[in-house]
Amino acid sequence: MKNDRGDIELAGVCKSFDGVTNVVDGVNLKIADGAYCCFIGPSGCGKTTILRMIAGHEDPTAGEIVIGGQNVVGLAPVQRRTAMMFQSYALFPHLTVRENIAFALRVRGMSKADRLRSADAMIEKVRLTQFADRLPAQLSGGQQQRVALARAAITEPRVLLLDEPLSALDEQLRVQMRQELRRMQQELGITFIHVTHTQLEAIALADLVVVMEQGRIKQAGPARDVYAHPHDRYVAEFMGGQNVLSGRVEKVNGASFTLAQAAPSGIEVPLQARPTVSIGDKVDIAVRRDDVALVRPGKELPLGCTTSLPSRVLAIEYQGYFVKVMLDTVPDDEFVAYVPEKTFFADPFTVGDVVMATWATGSALPLA
Amino acid sequence: MSAVLADMPETIAPATSKAIAPSKGGRPWTFYVLATLFAAYVLALYGPMFCIYILSFQDIRGGLVFPMKGQSLHWFVDLFTQVRTGDVKGSFDRSIKLAAIVTVITVVVSFLAGLGFRRRFRGDTVVFYVMIGSLVAPGLVLGLGTGLLFQALGLNASWYTSALGAQLSWTLPFGVLVMFAVMSRFNHVWEEAAYDLGASRWQSIRLVMIPVLAPGLVAVALFGFTLSYDEFARSLQTAGSLNTLPLEIWSMTLNVTSPSLYALGTVTTIVSFLVIGASLGTIVLIQKKRGSRTKGQE
Repeated sequence: MKNDRGDIELAGVCKSFDGVTNVVDGVNLKIADGAYCCFIGPSGCGKTTILRMIAGHEDPTAGEIVIGGQNVVGLAPVQRRTAMMFQSYALFPHLTVRENIAFALRVRGMSKADRLRSADAMIEKVRLTQFADRLPAQLSGGQQQRVALARAAITEPRVLLLDEPLSALDEQLRVQMRQELRRMQQELGITFIHVTHTQLEAIALADLVVVMEQGRIKQAGPARDVYAHPHDRYVAEFMGGQNVLSGRVEKVNGASFTLAQAAPSGIEVPLQARPTVSIGDKVDIAVRRDDVALVRPGKELPLGCTTSLPSRVLAIEYQGYFVKVMLDTVPDDEFVAYVPEKTFFADPFTVGDVVMATWATGSALPLA
Repeated sequence: MSAVLADMPETIAPATSKAIAPSKGGRPWTFYVLATLFAAYVLALYGPMFCIYILSFQDIRGGLVFPMKGQSLHWFVDLFTQVRTGDVKGSFDRSIKLAAIVTVITVVVSFLAGLGFRRRFRGDTVVFYVMIGSLVAPGLVLGLGTGLLFQALGLNASWYTSALGAQLSWTLPFGVLVMFAVMSRFNHVWEEAAYDLGASRWQSIRLVMIPVLAPGLVAVALFGFTLSYDEFARSLQTAGSLNTLPLEIWSMTLNVTSPSLYALGTVTTIVSFLVIGASLGTIVLIQKKRGSRTKGQE
C-alpha cells in the first residue's frame, strides 16, 4: 500500500558522532503533513544533523523517526520517500539539466524515452525549458537551485529536505527564490523541511519555526508566535527584533510586577500566567524594538506608557521605512528602537542626544 | 544625519600613480635573464634527443657522431630488416603488451585505492606510506630482489610475470598518487546525492564517479603506460630470457655501431608521442562531447 502522508514525528532523537557529546540531544517534534517547517539556529546547533537523519543519510543514536506513521530508522532515502536538496545543490557536473533531473528515474530502470519525457514535464514546471541541454556549470545560482529542486521532486517524495538552500545565492536572488520555494511547496503539496540560519528566511516561509540551540529545541511554533512571543532570552535574541532587559522584581501588584532598574520608577511589566514571579527574582523581559517610542526629556509620555528609561543616542542608521536608533539604555546590552521614518524626521535626534525610551506597558513580555 | 554628509569632501582626488609602475615600453632586465635561463633549460631538455633524431636520418655512409652524412631513411629500413641489429620487433611487441597490461592494472588498482581512501580510517596513513614506500627503493636493487625471489620460489623469470611485478611496484605508487590528486577534486556530496536519488553503490560508481573522474583516469593510464614502456632498471634482472624494448636498446648500444640505433630511438619516440596524443585526444573528446550536448536543442 502506498502511503502518501508526509507527517513527521521525532521522538527522543539523539545523535552522537563520538559517543561522548550529543550533537542532537533528545529532540521531540511533530510536523504536520504538507507543512513548511524551518529549523533555525546558529551553526553547530544540530539542525543539519536532524535534517540528515530524517533524510536517511545519518542514523540516530537513539530515538525514533516516524514518517506517515512508519518508523523509518534504518531505511534508505528511497524507501522513506524523502528527497534532499543539498546545500551546494550537488548537481552532477557531467550531466545536462535534463539528465540530472532524470537521474532518479534512470537508476530506477525507467526507459530512456519515458524518463526524458517525465524530466521535460518537470523542467517546464520549474521554468527551465530553454536550459534543458545545458551543463550545471553553465547555469546561474538561481537556475542551479531550480534544477536541484526539480531533481529532488521528480521522485514524488512525501518529504523534501532542504539544507540551507538559499545560502549560496546573493541577497536579491535569495528573496526571489524564497518565493519560488514556497510556490513549489504549495504546488507539490508535500512537507518541506528547510534548514537555515537566517531568521528572516524562516519567518517568511515557515508554518512551523523550530529554534534550536546546542542540539535541543528551544521553541517550536508558528512564525508569529516565535517572533512576537519568544519563550526565553535565547530565542528573543536569536530571532531578533526584541530588546531584552533583566532586573530583580521589586514589587508584585495584582496584574503586573515592577522590575528594578536604573529608572526611578522601575519597569512595570504585565503579569502572565506562565512564569510566577516573586519579589527578589531575577527576570528577563523582552520589548519589541518597534514598540519603543523615543520622547525628549520633559515631554509627556504617550498614552499607556508608564515606564521611561533615560538613554543617550549612540548611533543612528537610516533603514528606509524606519530609522534604527541605538541607545545606551541598558548597560552591557543592546537596546534599539525602530522609529518609523516619518515620526523620526518630524523631530530628528542626533548622536549624543538624551531621550526617554518608553513603551506601552502591555507590550513588555516576561521571558522564562 | 545631514551633518555627517556635510563632512564628505566634494570631490575625490584621482589616483596619480599605480602601486606598481609599468616601465615605459620595454620589459625589466630580469625578464631577459629569466628568458635566457629558460631557453638554456629547454635546450638541455630537448637538445640531446634532437641529436639522436637528426643523426637517424643519415644515408648509408652515416656514422655515430656529427657531422651528418647525407639524408635518407636507410637506417629505418635497416632497423626492421637486418637480423644483426637485434630483436627489435619482438621486444617492441613485448613492451607494448607489457605496458598495456601494466596500464590496465594500474588504472583499476589506483581507482580502487582512490575509492578506499575517500574516508579516513584507522591506520590510513600507514597504509598510504606502505603503498608509496617502494618509490624510494632503487629500481635496480628492487629488480634484483624480485629476480632473486622468483628464483627462490622456483619460478621462471619472464617479462609477463616477474618483470610485470617489478614494473607495478613502480607504476602503482605513481598511479595512486595521481589518483589521490584527481579524487581530491571529487565532491563527495555527488555520491550522497546519487544515494539520495536511489542509486545503488554500483550505479553511483558507474553513472557518477567514473564519468566525472574520466579525464583523471586517462591521466593515470598515461602515467602507467609511459612509465612501463621505458622502464629499464626494474626490468633488467626480471625480464628473463626475452628482452623488453629498453633492454634491447641497451644491449644494442653495446654491440650495434650504426645509426640504426638512432633510428630506433626516433621510432620509439614517435610511438610515445602517439600514445600521449591519443590520451590527450581522449580527454579533449570527453570534454567536447559534454560541451556539444549542451547545444543539442538550440
